[in-house]
Amino acid sequence: MNPGFPLLSLLTFLPLVGAAIILSVRGEEKVVAQNARWTALWTSLIVFLLSLALWFGFDKSSADFQFTEEVDWLPDFGIGYHMGVDGLSVLFVLLSTALTPLCILASWESIGTRVREYMISFLVLETMMVGMFCALDLVLFYVFFEGVLIPMFLIIGVWGGPRRVYAAMKFFLYTLAGSVLMLLAILWLWYNAGTTDIPELFAYEVPRAVQTWLFFAFLASFAVKVPMWPVHTWLPDAHVEAPTAGSVILAGVLLKMGAYGFLRFSLPLLPFASAEYAPLIFTLSVVAVIYTSLVALAQQDMKKLIAYSSVAHMGIVTLGIFTFTPQGLSGAIFTMLAHGVVSGALFLCVGVVYDRVHSREIARYGGVAKVMPGYAVLFMLFTMASVGLPGTANFVGEFLVIIAAWKVNPWVAAGGASGMILGACYMLYLYRRVIFGKLEKPDLKVLLDLSPREYVVFAPLVVLTIWMGIYPSSFLSFFEASVAALLARHEAALNVAKLAGM
Amino acid sequence: MNWTLALPEILLAVSGLVILLSCVIPKQDTAYAGSMAVIGALLGAAVLVMMQDEGTAFSGQYIADPFGRFMKLLCLAGAAATLLLAIDFNEREKLARFEFPLLALFATTGMMVMISANDLMAVYIGLELLSLPLYVIAAFNRDNGRSAEAGLKYFVLGALASGLLLYGTSLVYGFAGSTNFDKLALAFAPGQPVSAGVVVGLVFVIAGLAFKASAVPFHMWTPDVYEGAPTPVTAFFAAAPKVAAIALIVRVLTGPFADLSDQWQQVLLLVSAASMLLGSFAAIGQRNIKRLMAYSSIGHVGYALMGLAVDTDVGVRGVLVYMAIYLIMNVGTFAVLVSMRRQGKAVELIDDLAGLGKTHPGTAMWMAIFMFSMAGVPPLAGFFGKLYVFLAAMQAGYLWLALIGVGTSVIGGYYYLRVIKVMYFDSTEEPLDAPTPGVGLVMAGSGLFNVLFILWPAPLIGAAQLAVAALVG
Repeated sequence: MNPGFPLLSLLTFLPLVGAAIILSVRGEEKVVAQNARWTALWTSLIVFLLSLALWFGFDKSSADFQFTEEVDWLPDFGIGYHMGVDGLSVLFVLLSTALTPLCILASWESIGTRVREYMISFLVLETMMVGMFCALDLVLFYVFFEGVLIPMFLIIGVWGGPRRVYAAMKFFLYTLAGSVLMLLAILWLWYNAGTTDIPELFAYEVPRAVQTWLFFAFLASFAVKVPMWPVHTWLPDAHVEAPTAGSVILAGVLLKMGAYGFLRFSLPLLPFASAEYAPLIFTLSVVAVIYTSLVALAQQDMKKLIAYSSVAHMGIVTLGIFTFTPQGLSGAIFTMLAHGVVSGALFLCVGVVYDRVHSREIARYGGVAKVMPGYAVLFMLFTMASVGLPGTANFVGEFLVIIAAWKVNPWVAAGGASGMILGACYMLYLYRRVIFGKLEKPDLKVLLDLSPREYVVFAPLVVLTIWMGIYPSSFLSFFEASVAALLARHEAALNVAKLAGM
Repeated sequence: MNWTLALPEILLAVSGLVILLSCVIPKQDTAYAGSMAVIGALLGAAVLVMMQDEGTAFSGQYIADPFGRFMKLLCLAGAAATLLLAIDFNEREKLARFEFPLLALFATTGMMVMISANDLMAVYIGLELLSLPLYVIAAFNRDNGRSAEAGLKYFVLGALASGLLLYGTSLVYGFAGSTNFDKLALAFAPGQPVSAGVVVGLVFVIAGLAFKASAVPFHMWTPDVYEGAPTPVTAFFAAAPKVAAIALIVRVLTGPFADLSDQWQQVLLLVSAASMLLGSFAAIGQRNIKRLMAYSSIGHVGYALMGLAVDTDVGVRGVLVYMAIYLIMNVGTFAVLVSMRRQGKAVELIDDLAGLGKTHPGTAMWMAIFMFSMAGVPPLAGFFGKLYVFLAAMQAGYLWLALIGVGTSVIGGYYYLRVIKVMYFDSTEEPLDAPTPGVGLVMAGSGLFNVLFILWPAPLIGAAQLAVAALVG
């Protein structure tokens, strides 16, 4: 890829072109729906193929921002259109572009009404997600970060389950309330540092007294997005009511935005406050891991169970980030990626039976293995991955985080590790109740196994899950340099202060 | 005597008289022709405004500067767009009379005089020229009790506000010895003692102007008048006069009273915070969408005044940008409201919008864009309006005001979302009628502005910057 080629902008805005094409299609409803599906699928596939250039063209040895683009946008204010990726963000871009076509494929038949609007929402959502991970300007970042809410609100509210209105409103207002505080923090940085350019801001030292305030303003936004206990309550509602593909994107990408925010802003910009309040984050994370795991154990609804397990896994992620060790950070990023793949796949698994039986209640199922053996095998694989079985994706990340936490504080490590044990309990309990047991219910006896389309959806996720588990270094190598650079900067900031006798 | 400076106003006044005469004489219906002539006159005035020289005229009563140009263009555009919306509505409601566009024209002339006022006398003349036609068109649907009530209520309260303004003006004149802005600015220059009479007069002036802008605590008339008046009239009220009133507040406070900012700043901080709070909380329970828009407009005035209250250049620029974006969002929203009719009959409950996403996807999409924009969700234009005033507040150290602002914008998010929820998540048996092409055009234009503003914000911000530079010198 020759330098100067605006690859990231292309990845970000190509979905909008697809959306515009879908918007312009007129005609009979059936034809329009079919057209919308194909256009959306092709657009997202092209975006994915283009994004592979990042995988092959990314220089793993460098911690600098790559594929950068810079254009003046609001020169009076010092705000520019600045895009670029480094090791922290590049794989999330790929995760977003990879999950979107799968989601569109997964909604192929299950979405029957207003298909055109649905596909437009998904493509707009892709634009916002990719843009958010590529943005290297605070205001630009905020625009994408918030812009995600619009399509997601509509996806939950229009195509969701019975309590969709409540869930959509809760999702929107919770997240908005968190992020407006971040907006104030951004404004403070803007006029004190005189720039909103992220690489330039790294050079700006935020006064220590202010760091605490900014840290909590950012925390308010990111904690809601992650979500951390006790502000996680929007997530189960949103997950349960969202259509399958919405849940996949929510779990796969949107939850990562909060943790990414910690990595991108809290740690490098606010080193003191981050170090000072790490114990607070540890406490919240451990509570999240143990408490939400126990809650998951008691769920009657499959999607709710997986939603709570997401909160627990994200607890591991925040734990890892605030250990300030290479293992912790790498583990956290790896867990985020693995969780994106595995929990996305689990929601798809729920979607498969939901499309057939139209119930998410665990008690409605039992003995599904007899009629859907292929499904049972896939569900087994992702259950094992979610539990953190060695050889699957989640194991690597969680293991690294626990090691890092042990160095910091054995009790924290023990708390985090207990989440893995509890995870095994609730996931295996779920699996047993749904897949094994006697096949008694008459409508279950006639279920069909996975269709070729569903196999196509699952195949890449299976490959990724095993690949990440067996040969993690092809992923870890992407962010090792960036993590090292981030930690070096963090150490240096703390040391300077120590030398100055503060 | 440099009277050519006032050509835009003169054009409007003269063409108003000509149109009046030529509409009265023929026997047949002249409403449509009248509307078109008025829109033509407004556009002509806009061209003249753009060609206007800078300077003062009429013994310093009148001033032409880039600030005035910016605000006048907004007012003219707002007035023309809302008249366009009114044509079809009035015809269907059997309200099509040529007096309506004419009254709007005279009101617009009043706004222009207000914006260009360089003397407290001119302020009063402009304000009254604006108010009298507004009283009449509020009650334009004279056979409808609610419309008559709206007109009467507006008249009684408006007269009180005019009285306050006049009383304040006379106090200022009595204690400072002049009504001319330039002389007042000299009289209040730093170092001069500030007499209590001037401060009392200043507060009265602010109260009179805040009434026109419907800022808390002088907002009481807004919901009733917005609800009672015919929808195009409400659209007119919410757009141009509000911009003119804010422009006048900005001009008065940053001009003659600039050095008294210690005195007026607290008042404005309070007004701004109270408007934002009331606008967001009181809107939650509304069922009528015009009432909802009334409270929403109170809230928006609060945000706009935040920029003025913090008393910095950046803040004033924020006000201008905010008002421009507000005007365009508002015109678009009212285009949707004007087209709300079921089997030919106008309806105005929020629940009447149910299922719009299914029956009229285009209209629903624009409306959703306006609502998200008003809520201040990026990447739409409304977000940038808020961004600039919040930035100004943070910069000037008014963190508490910015906190109230972001808090109320979350609360405001709730009721804007409710409209979207009704449109997309609810379903209906009886769909609304399709909007007419003219209205659809206004919707699309305004919607595109909201979506595309992010790509090219520099022209608007540059123009606002120029206007502010002229104002604060």
